[in-house]
Amino acid sequence: MSATRPRYAEEAPFKIHGGCGLAGICDESGKPMSGEQIILAMAVQRDRGNGLGGGFAGYGIYPEFPDHFAFHLMYHDEQAREETEALLAEHCIVDLAEPMPTRPVKGISDAPLLYRYFLKPLPGELERLEMSEEDLVVRLVMTINATVDGAFVASSGKNMGVFKGVGFPEEIGHFYRLEEYEGHTWTGHNRFPTNTPGWWGGAHPFALLDWTIVHNGEISSYGINSRYLEQFGYKCTLGTDTEVAAYLFDLMLRRHGLPLELACKALAAPLWTEIDRMPEGERELMRSLRAVYGPAMLNGPFAIILGFNGGMVALNDRIKLRPLVAARAGSVVIVASEEAAIRAVASEPDAVWMPKAGEPTVARVAGMPWPIHGDLHLSPAEVSCAVLGTEDVCDEAVEVSA
Amino acid sequence: MQQVIEGYRQVAPAMRAEGDTVVLDANGVYYQQLNEAIRSAVSAGARNIRIENANGQRYIGAGLRARDLRIEVHGTAGNDLASFMDGPTVEVFGNAQDGVGNTMASGKVVVHGDAGDVLGYGMRGGRVYVRGDVGYRVGIHMKAYESLVPVVVCGGKARDFFGEYMAGGVLVLLGMNTQFPGDPIAGSFLGTGMHGGVIYVRGDVEPWQCGKEVGVAEASDADMAELRPILEDYCAALGLDLDEVLAQPFTRIVPVSHRPYGKLYAYL
Amino acid sequence: MPATFIQPEFRVKIDYDKCHKCGRCVQQCGWGVYDFNERPIPHDEKCRACHRCVTFCPARCITIERNPLAYRDNENWSAPLRKAVWKQAETGGVLLTSMGNPQPYPRIFDHLLLDACQVTNPSIDPLREPMELRTYLGRKPDAVTVEPDGQGGFRLAEGGGVSRNIELATPIIFSPMSYGSVSLNVHKSLAMAAERCGILMNTGEGGLHEDLYPYQDHVIVQVASGRFGVGPEYLQRGAAIEIKIGQGAKPGIGGHLPGEKINKEVSSTRMIPQGTDAISPAPHHDIYSIEDLRQLIYALKEASGYKPVGVKIAAVHNVGAIASGIVRAGADYVYLDGFRGGTGAAPAVIRDHVGIPIEIAIAVVDQRLRDEGIRNQASIVAAGSIRSSADVAKAIALGADVVAIGTAALVALGCHVCQSCHTGSCSWGITTQKPELTRRIDPEWGAERVSNLVHAWSHELQEILGALGVNAIESLRGSRERLRSIGLDEQTNRILGVKPAGM
Repeated sequence: MSATRPRYAEEAPFKIHGGCGLAGICDESGKPMSGEQIILAMAVQRDRGNGLGGGFAGYGIYPEFPDHFAFHLMYHDEQAREETEALLAEHCIVDLAEPMPTRPVKGISDAPLLYRYFLKPLPGELERLEMSEEDLVVRLVMTINATVDGAFVASSGKNMGVFKGVGFPEEIGHFYRLEEYEGHTWTGHNRFPTNTPGWWGGAHPFALLDWTIVHNGEISSYGINSRYLEQFGYKCTLGTDTEVAAYLFDLMLRRHGLPLELACKALAAPLWTEIDRMPEGERELMRSLRAVYGPAMLNGPFAIILGFNGGMVALNDRIKLRPLVAARAGSVVIVASEEAAIRAVASEPDAVWMPKAGEPTVARVAGMPWPIHGDLHLSPAEVSCAVLGTEDVCDEAVEVSA
Repeated sequence: MQQVIEGYRQVAPAMRAEGDTVVLDANGVYYQQLNEAIRSAVSAGARNIRIENANGQRYIGAGLRARDLRIEVHGTAGNDLASFMDGPTVEVFGNAQDGVGNTMASGKVVVHGDAGDVLGYGMRGGRVYVRGDVGYRVGIHMKAYESLVPVVVCGGKARDFFGEYMAGGVLVLLGMNTQFPGDPIAGSFLGTGMHGGVIYVRGDVEPWQCGKEVGVAEASDADMAELRPILEDYCAALGLDLDEVLAQPFTRIVPVSHRPYGKLYAYL
Repeated sequence: MPATFIQPEFRVKIDYDKCHKCGRCVQQCGWGVYDFNERPIPHDEKCRACHRCVTFCPARCITIERNPLAYRDNENWSAPLRKAVWKQAETGGVLLTSMGNPQPYPRIFDHLLLDACQVTNPSIDPLREPMELRTYLGRKPDAVTVEPDGQGGFRLAEGGGVSRNIELATPIIFSPMSYGSVSLNVHKSLAMAAERCGILMNTGEGGLHEDLYPYQDHVIVQVASGRFGVGPEYLQRGAAIEIKIGQGAKPGIGGHLPGEKINKEVSSTRMIPQGTDAISPAPHHDIYSIEDLRQLIYALKEASGYKPVGVKIAAVHNVGAIASGIVRAGADYVYLDGFRGGTGAAPAVIRDHVGIPIEIAIAVVDQRLRDEGIRNQASIVAAGSIRSSADVAKAIALGADVVAIGTAALVALGCHVCQSCHTGSCSWGITTQKPELTRRIDPEWGAERVSNLVHAWSHELQEILGALGVNAIESLRGSRERLRSIGLDEQTNRILGVKPAGM
């Protein structure tokens, strides 16, 4: 076992407490913007983190490889890289493999080896394995995370990527040379963990395929949320609210087929007094959502941004215990923990407002599909494993898939 | 090696004098250096300070005590604006973030834009005037003591928990300059746990909006006589038309008891 | 030889200097402790320490003391054991008792502590901010199914939501206590309180008296092995139907209401002749296995127009598997009654030695249903010595949806837990049918006291939720992460799914 993955275990047994800052920018017209924008938005929120985790997700950043899955890998050593590349080659054509472009930055140390790969399934591979390309990718991610010591897949979607590590976000962004990328949607995260995890994979965003999630706050209902997920086969081992939120979205959107708007309403449910005042049809719907998804409700302060190739959704807890501000500047939607982050990107937006508690703020990129991954047929354990790569989860998942 | 993008640099703000006004350029300056520059200028005798290009710097005016001090903020004022402030006047030409007037003792804050959540928390004196909308939990636990009577006037609409556990002072909500014309003037839990002070709302509120500890009635002539000077001052500060503000009747919301939870407890 | 070797347990002391000689104590005592000859003369051996006389004595001159009579020390042969042998030697009888198991077994609730928020997440003010206790009792689908509403939004698909659930304003209901074991005025008090509190009372197995019809939307009607008072009207009047398999105080044991308690009203409610013994067989003779339970559940659903049907069982060793079977048989809720649960009458040997603690039963059943992926299919009602709102919170954190209170509600009505319900002479007018005693409870007064208790506990639950930083009861339900144990062994911790304090 290398030194990379055991650090997960340090995080795993405890509930990790922490606050954070976040931001998201999406140009609904699909027009690309430089990664510098999201760094600017995060940099003014520096005081919301403590330098122990920063990260970004960018969408539409690899136009030269729009149909390739972009794998962002973190390696502890060369051996991990060799093993991973051998695994990739078994199932995929890797059209480009290269070290992640980075630059030395003061304050950033102990970076793992960072590589990226643009790949497609081998011709005939999907037919042979009788699975969709998304299934194949998630299984690959899972296998790497589970079986290759010292390797971790940071992201695995098409035309997108996650750039994260230990440091303040502006340092991380600079380290990854984000200003050299252009994307239509960006999210960023600044972490303030109250313990001292030093593992690069533990920073936000968490990602699977093109899904990413960044999160601020502390979910006081973690205990029941995680037990609820376990009932459906998910294993919550990281002890982070982000992990729980990621699985809840997976459960409700992919497995239960709920529309995103309603999934948000289940996670940040309206109060009964509000539900009781709704017109009948809506009231019955919300009453059922709450009664059924009560254990899924994220109770306690949070703000969250879900990113995907079709745009982003920002959501706040039900009584607004965490800040979230939104703005629109032409076709650009910006959300952040503080208005200053918005004005760092767009000094005079058309409108700046505070979204209501539990009311999702949605940005949809024109012409992009809305996120329901209908052709994914995975078990929750496989999803858990692919997202986290923690050993105990993956052992089981691999066994299941074998 | 290329420069890392920084949100704020830890450098002193550029400073210049315009007449008797000290002008500080906050562009990209970290809050500590900015506030240090303000304090130095005040110590050196400055009584008019203008901050330009503010964007999210926290604690502007925090803890300052000079009564004749005036600070103008151009841009977006950061969290905890005028917190623990005792005397000065702070005027924001732009929006203010969360926590305006946190535990403020006296003085005045005028915000020409919108303001965020938890405005006036535990405020014990002075005035906060906002032209536009405010967020959640505004005027929460304001309190009055002898001659100290805090006043908050919000020109737009407010979200839930407006005046929650209010213990004293005057909270006014006008619902006029708003981005949310379709929304009710205030969210739910208006005055929940209120046990002192008074809330005036321009127009009506629905029973579901109010906490069960308050009584709601149309403002009487005597009430309006109390309110009018406040609104005059508010309109003067923000350049608004008093007649337009007074064109609609006001609703007066007061606690039904100074001890709303007196019956909740049984002594062992 | 003396008639008995058993010496009185208590001594009634009267301060005759203060005594008004008014005879109130004579009149109040249901046990016939007092004779009156110019002044009250107590017969200690009849005293149950129920404090009725003490409470009503205008001179406050009565006190009850424990008999200081010493027994030669013997940790093994305790005085109560010696007395039990004497009693049985005298009578040849099964020792009958009532209320819940009083023996000094560990009380797990008292080894569990709740969490609270500090800094990293905020506590929530329960008085000013919403603090939701509303709970839905019944079967829920795993997922909500929706369809586009044609206007850009969504609506529930046909059958895609929650139906036939009972809305409770707070997760506390009253446990089944039959009319017969308790008086009609007690039933009325509970029914009125249930309506006022937005919760449910439970008929127990003795039928539904017509005076309770106005409250029927707040009544669970019980079907036990004796089927007393069960008919189509009864089933259709209830808000829900409960099949009683067992009771925590007497798992595996039937019931026996003596003929002398079957007066005219009880007789008509139970639909049996006056003066006949009302005997509940140990099992339901139409349920000898789990598939028979399914048959009865669906028979009741058919007969009632598909009301929710719950199944009440005593918490016994294999409770996890039993509960799973019950849920799979189609029950809308499983009612678990722990080994400390109360009774109107039970053999002491059963009450004191059979069953398992409710805390363990909740933990095991909740986990078992989750492991099997059927937790949503039924609610868990937990009972068997819920003594305070802290017990309520802990039971819910362990995984219960709702708790049921019996003894606590009776205590609110005046019960002093003297454990003499089986005598039918309750001085407080609770577990008796004697008209001169039952009229001691005015239903209006009773309803107010019981409502006060439920409201007070609900407020306390809100305080607990607020401290935990959540504002809805569903965020505590099953959240064992918010519990820590002290002084429990590792295995018990594992079974409870609770970490020890410090971890």
